[in-house]
Amino acid sequence: MRKVLFPTMIIVTTILIVIRLFYLQVIDDTLKLKSDNNAIKIKYDYPERGYIYDRNGKLMVANQPSYDIMVIPKDVKQIDTTEFCSLLAITKEDFIKKIEKAKVYSPRLPSVFLAQLNKLEYAAFQEKQRKFEGFYIQKRSLRDYQVKCGANVFGYIRQVTEGIIKKNKYYNSGDLIGRQGVEENYEEVLRGIKGVKYIQKDKFNREIGSYKEGRFDTIAVQGKDIHLSIDAELQAYGEQLMVNKRGGIVAIEPKTGEILALVTAPSYDPAILVGRQRSKNYTKLYNDSIAKPLYDRGLLAEYTPGSPFKILTGLIALQEGVIDEETSFVCHHGFSYARGRFMRCHDSGVSKLHNGFYNSCNTYFASAYMKTINKYVKPSDGVDTWSNHLKSFGLGQFMGYDLPTGKRGKVPTSKTYKKMYPGWNWDSKTIVSNSIGQGEVLMTPIQLANMIATVANKGYYYTPHIIKSIKGEQIDKKFRTKHVTSIDKKYFDPVISGLYDVYNLGTARGLGVEGIEICGKTGTAENYSKINGKRVKLQDHSLFVAFAPKDNPKIAIAVFVENGYWGARWAGPITSLMIEKYIKRKITRKDLEKRMLEGSLLPEYNKYLPKAVNDTLTVPKPIIVPKAEMKKEDEIILTENKVD
Amino acid sequence: MKNQSVTNNIDWISVVIYIILVILGWLNIYSSSLSSIEGETSIFDVTQIYGKQFLFILFSVPLVFSVLAIDAKFFEKYAIIIFAISLLSLAGLFLFGKTIAGQRCWYAIGSFTLQPSEFAKAATALAIAKYLSDVQVNLKDFNRQVQALIIIFLPILLILPQPDPGSALIFSIFIIVLYREGLPAWYVWTGFIAILLFMLALLLEPIVIIIIALAVILFIYYRSRLIDRNWILSTIIFVLVSGFVFSVDYVFDNVFKQHHRDRFNILLGKEVDLKDVGYNTNQSEIAIGSGGWFGKGYLEGTQTKGGFVPEQHTDYIFTTVGEEWGFLGSIVVIGLFISLIIRIIYLAERQKTKFSRVYGYCVAGILFIHFFVNIAMVVGIFPTIGVPLPFFSYGGSGLWGFTILLFIFLKMDANKVNEW
Repeated sequence: MRKVLFPTMIIVTTILIVIRLFYLQVIDDTLKLKSDNNAIKIKYDYPERGYIYDRNGKLMVANQPSYDIMVIPKDVKQIDTTEFCSLLAITKEDFIKKIEKAKVYSPRLPSVFLAQLNKLEYAAFQEKQRKFEGFYIQKRSLRDYQVKCGANVFGYIRQVTEGIIKKNKYYNSGDLIGRQGVEENYEEVLRGIKGVKYIQKDKFNREIGSYKEGRFDTIAVQGKDIHLSIDAELQAYGEQLMVNKRGGIVAIEPKTGEILALVTAPSYDPAILVGRQRSKNYTKLYNDSIAKPLYDRGLLAEYTPGSPFKILTGLIALQEGVIDEETSFVCHHGFSYARGRFMRCHDSGVSKLHNGFYNSCNTYFASAYMKTINKYVKPSDGVDTWSNHLKSFGLGQFMGYDLPTGKRGKVPTSKTYKKMYPGWNWDSKTIVSNSIGQGEVLMTPIQLANMIATVANKGYYYTPHIIKSIKGEQIDKKFRTKHVTSIDKKYFDPVISGLYDVYNLGTARGLGVEGIEICGKTGTAENYSKINGKRVKLQDHSLFVAFAPKDNPKIAIAVFVENGYWGARWAGPITSLMIEKYIKRKITRKDLEKRMLEGSLLPEYNKYLPKAVNDTLTVPKPIIVPKAEMKKEDEIILTENKVD
Repeated sequence: MKNQSVTNNIDWISVVIYIILVILGWLNIYSSSLSSIEGETSIFDVTQIYGKQFLFILFSVPLVFSVLAIDAKFFEKYAIIIFAISLLSLAGLFLFGKTIAGQRCWYAIGSFTLQPSEFAKAATALAIAKYLSDVQVNLKDFNRQVQALIIIFLPILLILPQPDPGSALIFSIFIIVLYREGLPAWYVWTGFIAILLFMLALLLEPIVIIIIALAVILFIYYRSRLIDRNWILSTIIFVLVSGFVFSVDYVFDNVFKQHHRDRFNILLGKEVDLKDVGYNTNQSEIAIGSGGWFGKGYLEGTQTKGGFVPEQHTDYIFTTVGEEWGFLGSIVVIGLFISLIIRIIYLAERQKTKFSRVYGYCVAGILFIHFFVNIAMVVGIFPTIGVPLPFFSYGGSGLWGFTILLFIFLKMDANKVNEW
């Protein structure tokens, strides 16, 4: 017995030690991490972000150097805070607050102490940097905008949030990342890959050489320059035209699907989101819940399409064989489609497809639509056939363009109506308002633009995209794939000829451009809003779709002006000017241009504001009265007199 | 016989393990000290500590041969004198000792320092062996027990106030040797139970422990055969346990110094202050833990290079093994130590004289308690107590002390055939 005790002790204690070692070395991973944290310092070399050019090679977005002061809280020693603070023009309270914030993030890892110093501040600090242990300067590149337009197209650059750091291992605290627009969508192309250098530190945090002879170090990969399909001049012009209005303009090159201009109004100068004022300005934009300058109306606003939708109603009716060019309907200033239900129309007389278009006759398209639906025994089959045609135009779904935000829009199907009218025998009469774009269909301006581009192409489209080329790379295959609609090519010709006469004989008379054959369609969309819990009819939206020239189209465009009264009043002239600008590169109709540039809809918008807010606003410029030749047209009012 | 080589009959297994451990120690000292200097220099550079260690290793060669050249009987004959000289050298520290880092443990001759407590271990082992080998000594006798314990406590009393609690702790292992030679078991159990109660008293409320103790005592009492039941003894034990538990709190709060309390608190996971008192243990665990299965490779340890682990070339030398050679390397080093200790116990058991057997046991005990306390501290399962890892840790006194300790025994073992 006495011989056994000591060997037993040895064995038991050795087993204990081995278990403990196994736990420390093999099971517990956190120690490895801690080791890397305190022994290895990582230095990053941030490559310059790629430049952004427009379709003609004009430089739109370049870079400027910026300097962040970084801090590693645990390394901060006794420093002369007074000198430090006065050098950076911050208060002592600021200093303490910022250090505390950095500590909360991590005492060992670097955080941004003060972001985006300019060159002068940087020079002043750099001279004395030695005195301030724990602080160092990280050079980064910030955007330098060469144009004042396109804020919604470019997006902006901001510091990564903690959420992003957790999700994406590439980013560290203080790194910059593209948000919104092209900066977000082409983040990886533009940013390149930062270089990493591992440096061995000792316990005094001194650098004692590169870790493992730099075996794990990587060299920074430069960001790539990109060319956008945007025409900088057209984009700027579109934004100017939309000053003091709300809405969007989307212009597409039909042959390629390239987006020529993507305007949202109101907008802002992209340069205000750069530098130390960024956060202040951003908050201001973000908090403007009335004008919503950060909301890209061209991509996100789902509107009832109104009259331009008649193009689709006509095309589908032709494809389904329920009408042909000669089919005629009689209109008596409206259309009585059911007992007690009447759709008003400004038109009267006999309408065929051609004058139906240029006069925007409600009766004609309502009848054509009902015939389309009634072709099928069950209205649900009719609706589904119809909505499948619509879907072939890319409606009711995300379009797949290369910008990070979007909306599906809405294409109703038989299911929609089964839900809306449970246990009800709904039929073509019930849903007839779809015929003129006032029903359940919702479209975003880019969907409208794509629709008119498809018409221009006589039945096909390329997914709209904003990228023209990336240095050394072909653009995504999905932007080089032709989408063909379910409408035969031959049916587009009569429609296009109708749209052409919209300018000659119809609702857009007087908006034509000399020497350019434009095809277009006006639209006036009703809209309602809840104000103080009451459903209130607001001023109609003004919209317009067009493409030009008629043969060999170069531009397809959709313009949307919120509360712009009717199509030809605001959206029509703006469309016309945009087309002239793009094709002729100069504007001949200076009067029209002046009226559009100076025109303001702010009084209209302010009407809906609560009185308290309204009083604080300065009185805007008086609205410029449009000329008499502008004809108010295609007014649609659905009078729903309930039948008991 | 006179012409016999000094290495005749020597146990080569022990010698080879000894040599491997010394060389591994030196390599790790080299790795651990490279960090704090600029660039690499030769491992033989005597201006650096690894170069000095090389000198210490070189000097242990003649030391080994001297020990082996001395007649084995010499150690038995002069054990008491050697012990007395050793005690004197310890006492002399109070007059002539040099204070380094608050500890008065060294004699300084120029830049050269010597730590007598390292040699006192071998001397005490000799004294105990000498005392127990006396035919008249029977450890069943209470007076003998007291005398044997006095031999152990004399060096402890001289070392504790230096203060060097680590070295003092080493001498407690001799209790195990005394037990092997007949000391009643209750000494050992009392020791174990006292340590257990001490730990529990720090973790739990005293009243909880007392209730548990009462339950255990009652359980044992009623499970015993009727004639063995001794209510007086049971009551005494209960009172002693209760008194001990309450006094632990008192001692911990009033007698211990703050840094002692901190060390226990860290171990028991009560307080973790990683910057201050917990720094050593934390850094040591990080270094070892970052090694993984296979380690980062020799001279590649980032913690070692960064010099994060304090005292890495002395008490924390094992962290270098853990970081650079990983779990497998650590197992190999631990295996070498355990093999050596078991081998010595095996040799001790086959000794023909009681003197050399007891001495052999003492050698195994001293090596074991150093090994255990050091590594257990480094991996964070034992309070921070400064004890070197034999043959590994930097230091001349330590290396020579252990070398002498080991080779005296190997000489006795080699000589056993002549002992009639």
